[in-house]
Amino acid sequence: MKFAIAVFSAAHAPSSRRALLFAQAALADGHEIVRLFFYQDGVYSASNTVVAPQDEQDIARQWREFVSAQQLDAVVCIAAALRRGVLNSEEAARYQRSAVNVDAPWELSGLGQLHDASQTADRLICFGGP
Amino acid sequence: MSKSLLVISRQAPWSGPSAREALDIVLAGGAFDLPIGLLFLDDGVFQLAPHQDAKAVQQKDLGANLQALGLFGIDAVFACEHSLAARGLTHPANAQPLNNEQISQLIDRYDQVITL
Repeated sequence: MKFAIAVFSAAHAPSSRRALLFAQAALADGHEIVRLFFYQDGVYSASNTVVAPQDEQDIARQWREFVSAQQLDAVVCIAAALRRGVLNSEEAARYQRSAVNVDAPWELSGLGQLHDASQTADRLICFGGP
Repeated sequence: MSKSLLVISRQAPWSGPSAREALDIVLAGGAFDLPIGLLFLDDGVFQLAPHQDAKAVQQKDLGANLQALGLFGIDAVFACEHSLAARGLTHPANAQPLNNEQISQLIDRYDQVITL
């Protein structure tokens, strides 16, 4: 089955961890992930400035390693990211901000990518949200 | 044929960016001519309350975005009757009120659902 996965919560939220476990289980069972889309506070799950306490799971790092290792299409909504200060080098330069906290394997793009993934996938699975 | 998407908007307009971001998904889908539905549920029905003064809370008016739904070809706009009544809101002009049974039928009709 083809899954599109949307994440609406930060790395410290249990729903971000559940999304990661779901994505790992889906691939392990031979399913396909057409795209991961990070929206609302989900953009924080893609931040590379998250520092987890030593005795806690570093979900942001686990996301990054998982996406890289599996070479997944992982999109962070650009509008949601800008609003929350999650910037790649291009956006940091564009808005003259001193910090860059998202880079490869993530791509910053628009909501069209969520719709595109939802059209391609058999199932859209959402995690988190208010 | 395109897959249909129902967006369920559950947050009040002034409780953070959630209501606006839910609406952005709907408008983006409309721009791509996709079959999109929008259901206001729980505190989300506050988005339909008349005579809101966004400036008084130093916010941008969400009403203009709601008005844009028609321009983007989104006419499947619904509101939970129970949520409206519980918050003392009369039936809004720009959303069709649905009871609980109709809401479950609505969710069944759509291929994908996003709740924010």
